Amino acid sequence: MTQSLSPALSRLPVSPAATAPSSEPACAHCGLPVPAADVTADRGAEARFCCTACAVAHSIIQGAGLGAYYERRSELDGAPARPSGKSYAEYDDPAFASRHVTSAAGGGACLELFVSGIHCTACVWLLERLPRVQDGVRSARFDLGRGALEVIFEPASVRPSEIARALDRLGYAPHPSLAAQRDGERRSDRALWLRLGLAGALAGNVMLMALALYSGAAADPAYASLFRWGSCLLTLPAVFFCGSVFLRGALASLRTRTPHMDLPISIGIVAGFARSAWNTALGSGEVYFDSLAVLIFLLLVGRWLQARHHRGATQTLDLIAALAPATAVRVDGEPREVPADALPVGAIVEVARDDRIPADGIVVTGESCVDTAWLTGEALPEAVKPGDRVYAGTVNLAAPLHLRVEVAGRETRLGRLMRSVEEAQAHRAPIVRLADRVAGYFVVAALGLALVTFVLWRFLDPSRAVDHAVALLVVTCPCALGMATPLAVSVALKRAAAAGIFFKGGEFLEALARPGTLVFDKTGTLTEGRLALASFTGDSQILPLLRAAEERSGHPIARAVVASVPAGPELVVEGVTEFPGAGVEARVAGHCVRVGSGAFLAQELSGSDAEFALELGAQAALGRPAIVVAVDGKVKGVLSFTDPLRADARASLDALRAAGYRIAVLSGDQPLVVGRVACELGPLVAAEGGKSPEQKLAWIERARQSGPVVMIGDGINDAAAMSAADVAIAVHGGAEAALVAADAFTTVAGVGKVLEAVRGARRTLTVIRRGIAFSLAYNLVGVGLCMAGLVSPLLAAVLMPLSSLTVVTSALKARTFQQSARKEMKS
Amino acid sequence: MTVLFVVLPLAVLLSGLAALAFVWATRRGQFDDLETPALRLLTDELDERRPAAPKLSPPRRA
Repeated sequence: MTQSLSPALSRLPVSPAATAPSSEPACAHCGLPVPAADVTADRGAEARFCCTACAVAHSIIQGAGLGAYYERRSELDGAPARPSGKSYAEYDDPAFASRHVTSAAGGGACLELFVSGIHCTACVWLLERLPRVQDGVRSARFDLGRGALEVIFEPASVRPSEIARALDRLGYAPHPSLAAQRDGERRSDRALWLRLGLAGALAGNVMLMALALYSGAAADPAYASLFRWGSCLLTLPAVFFCGSVFLRGALASLRTRTPHMDLPISIGIVAGFARSAWNTALGSGEVYFDSLAVLIFLLLVGRWLQARHHRGATQTLDLIAALAPATAVRVDGEPREVPADALPVGAIVEVARDDRIPADGIVVTGESCVDTAWLTGEALPEAVKPGDRVYAGTVNLAAPLHLRVEVAGRETRLGRLMRSVEEAQAHRAPIVRLADRVAGYFVVAALGLALVTFVLWRFLDPSRAVDHAVALLVVTCPCALGMATPLAVSVALKRAAAAGIFFKGGEFLEALARPGTLVFDKTGTLTEGRLALASFTGDSQILPLLRAAEERSGHPIARAVVASVPAGPELVVEGVTEFPGAGVEARVAGHCVRVGSGAFLAQELSGSDAEFALELGAQAALGRPAIVVAVDGKVKGVLSFTDPLRADARASLDALRAAGYRIAVLSGDQPLVVGRVACELGPLVAAEGGKSPEQKLAWIERARQSGPVVMIGDGINDAAAMSAADVAIAVHGGAEAALVAADAFTTVAGVGKVLEAVRGARRTLTVIRRGIAFSLAYNLVGVGLCMAGLVSPLLAAVLMPLSSLTVVTSALKARTFQQSARKEMKS
Repeated sequence: MTVLFVVLPLAVLLSGLAALAFVWATRRGQFDDLETPALRLLTDELDERRPAAPKLSPPRRA
């Protein structure tokens, strides 16, 4: 497997002269346009790729004999499968195995993974052919409804991380799901489905008997009695087995004194059934068995729709395991690999270049740069030298470091931060859905009106008083309401998912629709999250030299240089020396090239044109990181960089402001930079920089006192704040922690999706309100008829499905996320 | 019409049998996934048309 990949990977980088683009070439794997410098050398003219990742995916698929995927897949939808390149090392941790891997029949192991990036039938087919791609995998079954892939594998011959990497290379990024949770979910799903099916069968049979009663076919009292007893017996399990869902909910609602839709439903069902059974026993009076059985069935349909969307988005990964490496290399004494969270205080560990730091500690030897963006939101790496403190979860960019461990595991800054995320999540007050809020008034109104009817008819006709009051309770049973809301939400969630926005539950959709404060993270959310060249002053002849000198560095500025300077002819580079936090020195094509901060090149700057020093000062005042390039001791240019704002940021924020939301920006980046970005974003209620994750959390908690707060972020530094907000949205490409803390996430980068989510949420709330209005209007008519004593069981049986039908049609026809999704496809 | 007194319980009994079958199927997990099997049907033939391509993995252990 690995061998087959290496030739494809080694082909990078490719010189631009190697291929000339033919007429509009599209990537054979993902369908995106192929850049001029494409990666297709080995495949001749018939297959071209936009990137190495696609070429790798293509070669795996073809190599496993799965090429039919390309013939069969539907139109590409602009969401190409792109490997993330993660190592998934945490999947091999014993703690991971104990939580996520279960044993399967025949000595195998079973791992369930949520898989993203599925867009058509061919994807499902390809995923289920995983055994051909990865040795040791016995079978793979995909469940489209939940987005979950069940992999049965042999633990002896393949590790979970290899399975995850294989999926990732195909472009389907996996996320773990909890085995224990899955079993519980499966049980409750089956129980609900069982109730739904039986309720449907019972309702059908009771309706047949009711038909006989209504049509007068059972005019003979003996037959009438038979049908009444028959319906009674069939409704009994419908109410007390199928309907127990509502009865239990109502009891819980009474106990906790929180309004819930189950309460009015249960009152109607129980009152209707008790009176009907009583009348059956007496052999006279009205029975409502058919209405009740249908009611229970329809309500269960609503409940089932609602339950289906609470799955799939469950997030479970142990946060710390995902972010801090599972193992560390101890170098005090014999070098050996040990579990990172078991590191004792005082242990010396080595952190190689590009590795994640396993614990909080003090640098003992080595100088390097540490990327703390995930932890603090600071865009530029921090230079560290012996004596400096570094934190678990940050990435060592430049050179190997030795550090003395101060705390490890859950006591690290990262661990504490993640604990606060967990705590905030656990203590979060549940959002009370609109329908449930209405339910509280509903109960009072229905009971009050029933009482009025009863008293009224006590005077008019005492023998019918109870019947009329019960009829009112049955008729006002909020069936349409109980079904309309789940249906509207269910439809909206499905359409949102098609548009690339995933909500973890319908209640967040409702919460998002209420205007409040939208708090954005800056880096990676409003901006691209990577540096790009902003300005260049000087002699452009030196750019190839600069690129050559920076090519091998992992520093974000070096990467920005490489990305923005076109590759030229190959140059001989020797003696590259990196000075962490300062710059780089190298001999390129015989010239001595020094690149770095103003301080690093202070000597050259003082000996050159004052123009460069001025430019450097001007860029610093703008809050842009700038570097100086000197060739053979002479300063030849100053480059400045910026983290560019996303193209759709301004327009989206304007639209959100127009919709009545207040916008704030909270960032871990320097206040100067945040201020400059804020200027480009239009009026904001707050734009604060230099915020630590803990400060962000406090800010959100304060802001919540004055209204609903929605937090939009992407990093670990946002996770705590996100879990404290009313609704949290993680934008595409965010850290796993942000995904866990978020209530919704987008699969397309940019602020545009946030706008779309808000718009869709508001439209959905309109649909819900409309459903509730319909339902109430119908109930008003029903109440009027009941009080006038005009409702017969037949009328009730006709009215109820009629109202449900209107509400359901209204929910299905509503355009919530649909239009925007279509537009997306076209563009 | 008196036959109703026999037929009705009989019909209920038969529906009861169907309900039992439904309970059995649900417990066996037949309804766990209502979407994917329909798609699997569409792509089954892809496996049969598979060209004899070099395999990366040894044959699948069943």
